[in-house]
Amino acid sequence: MSSDEPLLSVEDLVITTRGATPTTIVDGVSFQVAAGGSLGIVGESGSGKSMSLRAIDGVLPAGVQVASGAIRFRGRDLLSLKSADHAALLGPEIAMIFQEPMTALNPTRPVGVQISEGPRRHLGIGRRRAHDLAVDLMRRTGIPDPERRVSAYPHELSGGLRQRVMIAMALSCEPALVLADEPTTALDVTVQDQVLKLLTTMCDELGVALVFVTHDLAVVRQTCRDMAVMYAGRLIETGPVDAVFADPRHPYTVGLMESAPDFDQPDRELVAIGGLPPNLAQLPPGCVFAPRCRYARPDCTIPPIALADIGAGRTSACRYHADFRSAVAAAVPGGAS
Amino acid sequence: MTRPMLAGTGDRPAGTPVLQARGVQVRYHEPSALSRLLRPQRSRRRVLHALDGVDLDVMPGETLALVGESGSGKSTLAKVLVGSIPATEGQVLFRGRELPARRHSATHRKVQMVFQDPYSSLNPRMTAGRMLTELVPERGQAARQAVLALLGTVGLGEDTVTAYPSQLSGGQRQRLAIARALAVRPDVLIADEAVSSLDVSVQATILQLLADLQRDLGLSLLFIAHNLAVVQHLCQRVAVMYLGRIVEVGDAQEIFGNPRHPYTQALIEAIPRMGARRTDAAPALPGEPPSPINLPSGCRFHPRCRYAQDICRVTEPALAPVEGAEPSGRVSACHFSSTIGSLARSTT
Repeated sequence: MSSDEPLLSVEDLVITTRGATPTTIVDGVSFQVAAGGSLGIVGESGSGKSMSLRAIDGVLPAGVQVASGAIRFRGRDLLSLKSADHAALLGPEIAMIFQEPMTALNPTRPVGVQISEGPRRHLGIGRRRAHDLAVDLMRRTGIPDPERRVSAYPHELSGGLRQRVMIAMALSCEPALVLADEPTTALDVTVQDQVLKLLTTMCDELGVALVFVTHDLAVVRQTCRDMAVMYAGRLIETGPVDAVFADPRHPYTVGLMESAPDFDQPDRELVAIGGLPPNLAQLPPGCVFAPRCRYARPDCTIPPIALADIGAGRTSACRYHADFRSAVAAAVPGGAS
Repeated sequence: MTRPMLAGTGDRPAGTPVLQARGVQVRYHEPSALSRLLRPQRSRRRVLHALDGVDLDVMPGETLALVGESGSGKSTLAKVLVGSIPATEGQVLFRGRELPARRHSATHRKVQMVFQDPYSSLNPRMTAGRMLTELVPERGQAARQAVLALLGTVGLGEDTVTAYPSQLSGGQRQRLAIARALAVRPDVLIADEAVSSLDVSVQATILQLLADLQRDLGLSLLFIAHNLAVVQHLCQRVAVMYLGRIVEVGDAQEIFGNPRHPYTQALIEAIPRMGARRTDAAPALPGEPPSPINLPSGCRFHPRCRYAQDICRVTEPALAPVEGAEPSGRVSACHFSSTIGSLARSTT
């Protein structure tokens, strides 16, 4: 379904901390998103999922830098763009939605002004039309009473409404790509449900591609077509969501699925992943997950371990992706956290 | 492994609740008394009903979930039960005896609480060992033994004794917070979103620990959570709150299988699931809870309810047994609780 060139192509991205002894926090991450596609990036805290997303948007925190790799958007490498040129893409082409809209919105300006700021700057829309556009976007994102709320300040809105304002803002210039970083984590389930459905329908309607970072597998399942699982700064499995859920090909993906409760499987026992994620400054040799993997075999600690194509549009970084479950009992048992 | 002896609960008849809320109300006045003094001309008094008449029984040795959206009053109820804020009206009873809002040490110990963020609830300048030694009733060498036993109970190694909270992982910190709550041998443990900020793999271990503690120590656990999938895994009974009131209580399996209040129904539908992607674009529950200052007339849920009738806009339904429900004592505050199950089935 994708054309020859993907909309977004991240190639061998490496992100490190700055300083005398840099630590690699994202190591060789590559993925592609087609126009109108949706990719969910899943992982636990510290897996590098948010950092990868922020590198695309060029908003990495201080003390962290892209060491190598390329991020191509419509064929242009964003990393080699001058910051002004990069900034010119943000809004009309690439928009971002953050976890906590309160910190992403300007507390001193009415939300309507903030929603229409992008169109005014990038599309040259006048003040009057910008106001109407803001009201229209707020109505389309399901904000009740938009004529009144257009002049409200962020603190006057609930968390759910603020997140809708963020979505309205992100879609205001009809971008080609929306980057969402845990946009519903701070919300109630009912509001999460509203916001996820709003985001997916609007992206579908407008043909906007979505990269969605979350720790919640069920959210990815309901929101995205493709998924990528990250662990210790690396991708360990990628593929279509349906296929990965039906037949996960990496023990860590299995571990995530088995440790998370699912409402549809109330009697399934939760199996925690033993141990803790590795210290990124002292990664174990070979497979980074091997010390916690209950299917690990002796040669799992021998490099190289790489994300490999396993067919049907899927990849896995497990050497035994096809039959790890049939392995003899774990050679390296995981401890309790 | 030796476990610290906790005050027995098993010898009580199952019919006597350990902890009860009776008609508990918590009201706040807006603007506050101080700001009215300062600006009397703006003194239009408004009352915020954080809790509006809550009755709840926590039975011995059970795991009871308290669920609802933010602002429903779950945490306020927990604070009233644990005694950290007083009820404006109503009482909290411990084994049938009223607990004063200002509690002395002996009764205060019986109900303990674990919070969402262990990092902000643990003293960063105290080692785990000192933190626990302060709390256990034993003294001297016996205290040390008790502390080690306690650490073992929550699955922390003996070397944790000398560790500061900053040296522990998120999961270990939550284990320490649980150990601290258990140190005074409570009968009831209230866990307020205690696993919400943990990664799934760690969350599973803490859920297992809570289940083990509840079983091995005969604790009653009041588990406050917004994640219903977690609740379904851990809890035997569920109480659903909406805008300061309890709207449904029942056996977990029965309530999740056949909710008898439209709000419970919507909460269940809103849970993201790992099964095949659902295609319905309409949200399970539109809108957000109204302000607790201007409560809706009649049933407080009616503005968001898909089944609302005329009576719902006028008469507030009482929390009452559901006709024709399972024998487990299901109660629901809906005029149509006895037919809501069939309504749900016909609409889906």
